[in-house]
Amino acid sequence: MAYSDKVIDHYEHPRNVGRLDDKAENVGTGMVGAPACGDVMRLQIQVNDSGIIEDAKFKTYGCGSAIASSSLLTEWVKGKSLDEAAQIKNTEIAEELALPPVKIHCSVLAEDAIKAAVKNIREKRGEKTEEAAG
Amino acid sequence: MKLPIYLDYSATCPVDPRVASKMAEQLTMEGNFGNPASRSHLFGWKAEEAVEDARRQVAELINADPREIVWTSGATESDNLAIKGAAHFYQGRGKHIITSKIEHKAVLDTCRQLEREGFEVTYLNPKEDGIVYPEQVAEAMREDTILVSLMHVNNEIGVINDIAAIGELCRERKVIFHVDAAQSAGKIDIDLAEMKVDLMSFSAHKIYGPKGIGALYVRRKPRVRLEAQMHGGGHERGMRSGTLPTHQIVGMGEAFRIAKEEMADEAKRLVALRERFWSQISDMEEVHINGSAEQRVPGNLNVSFAFVEGESLIMSLKDLAISSGSACTSASLEPSYVLRALGVNDELAHSSLRFSFGRFTTEQDVDTAAKEVRQAVEKLRELSPLWDMYKDGVDLSTIEWAAH
Ligand SMILES: Cc1ncc(COP(=O)(O)O)c(C=O)c1O
Ligand code: FES
Repeated sequence: MAYSDKVIDHYEHPRNVGRLDDKAENVGTGMVGAPACGDVMRLQIQVNDSGIIEDAKFKTYGCGSAIASSSLLTEWVKGKSLDEAAQIKNTEIAEELALPPVKIHCSVLAEDAIKAAVKNIREKRGEKTEEAAG
Repeated sequence: MKLPIYLDYSATCPVDPRVASKMAEQLTMEGNFGNPASRSHLFGWKAEEAVEDARRQVAELINADPREIVWTSGATESDNLAIKGAAHFYQGRGKHIITSKIEHKAVLDTCRQLEREGFEVTYLNPKEDGIVYPEQVAEAMREDTILVSLMHVNNEIGVINDIAAIGELCRERKVIFHVDAAQSAGKIDIDLAEMKVDLMSFSAHKIYGPKGIGALYVRRKPRVRLEAQMHGGGHERGMRSGTLPTHQIVGMGEAFRIAKEEMADEAKRLVALRERFWSQISDMEEVHINGSAEQRVPGNLNVSFAFVEGESLIMSLKDLAISSGSACTSASLEPSYVLRALGVNDELAHSSLRFSFGRFTTEQDVDTAAKEVRQAVEKLRELSPLWDMYKDGVDLSTIEWAAH
């Protein structure tokens, strides 16, 4: 299987590898996939008070395309609002990385991961505002 | 050193230069190009002589009679001819066949075809060590069992079955015993005067011969009958028609001759190389050998590196030519059916690599490979959320994953 230059670049120099404190109030975590399927993605975003993503980190167990998809996604979401981040489509990722058809599900996984992370931080914030109100 | 380093000898081998030069002599006007079936002139007689010499060379490696060797296009065809040929010939006696879940597709798919034709097939599950034990075969035997087909050495995990013992119990019950020896011939001893095997498949390209040529051993005493699958000019005593490819056959003969001469020394060298490789990676955490560590061919090592995925590992190891037990690329997202049958969990099966060493592998190759594997595994574990969890003491099997 031939990989595109962009996939190889992200794979060899993955951006924003790491981990944020998933207990922190301003961190949203999305973990998707399953070891048995050969792919697990953990995407984390750190959000400031005005709802802008300041930092993003990932770790991925999976093929090169899955690693590249998540690496690219962390670059894209930084500086975006939660709404904007949640609207990123897997097709945009697949197009940017020139993924072949058998690798589309790797980009789907990345879309699922950012959606899950946004949902997680929204839940946390929801809880927080409720507490403040209560 | 030449890169990439070839460590996929179980998939195929380069042709030994001694084999290649013999083959080249069978092609041109100046060479031995005749049709071995031409009875009316010298060209045919010379070609026939070369073919018969090669038949003897193949027979000698496995201690058989040359008249028991039938040329085919490879082990795939030999498996087809043996299994379909015997099943069709003996179906009057019964329609039950025994094989295993970890056979090569050439056997499994042939059995599936026979199922469609009304045969019944039992697929034995090997034990955790990858071995199919004689007791399992004995238990699966029925009144109407006509054929047992099991591999000598498995292509993915390199594990060796005790075919001598299984042969005994097949013979006692007058059941035909076929063995796929594509991965064992030229690597471990095969003595067909001793072993009670009725049909045995061989391939030249797994032992430094050319691709596209193989043989089927068909026992004469007691005689085994087959229904031909390829009809035509009645070559190979009617069992397999088609003009014999002299250059391919001579190549296979020479490869088998060299194997007989050098096998014992080569085996020692390969075991030493494998040990050398393993000693450089086995101290990493959570690295496991798949299949029996003892009952295994010299050149094979199948290893799972937990928490890293096989395909990305291969992508990191671009200087190494190896194969992965994970078939994620095939869009099926299926880990190897062989590892799965051994009860290896899916996560470890996705993390497996097969290293196979051979005649042209050097100590330097092995050292470089070990170093690169270490680096790649360490790098990918840094990238792996599963490794984080393992390090945090999380038991991955307790987590509810959203499988997709
Ligand atoms: C166990 C086994 N059987 C059969 C085959 C098929 O052999 P061939 O490529 O000669 O058809 C192979 C090799 O791919 C093999 O490893
Ligand atoms: S994660 Fe399975 S092919 Fe990419």
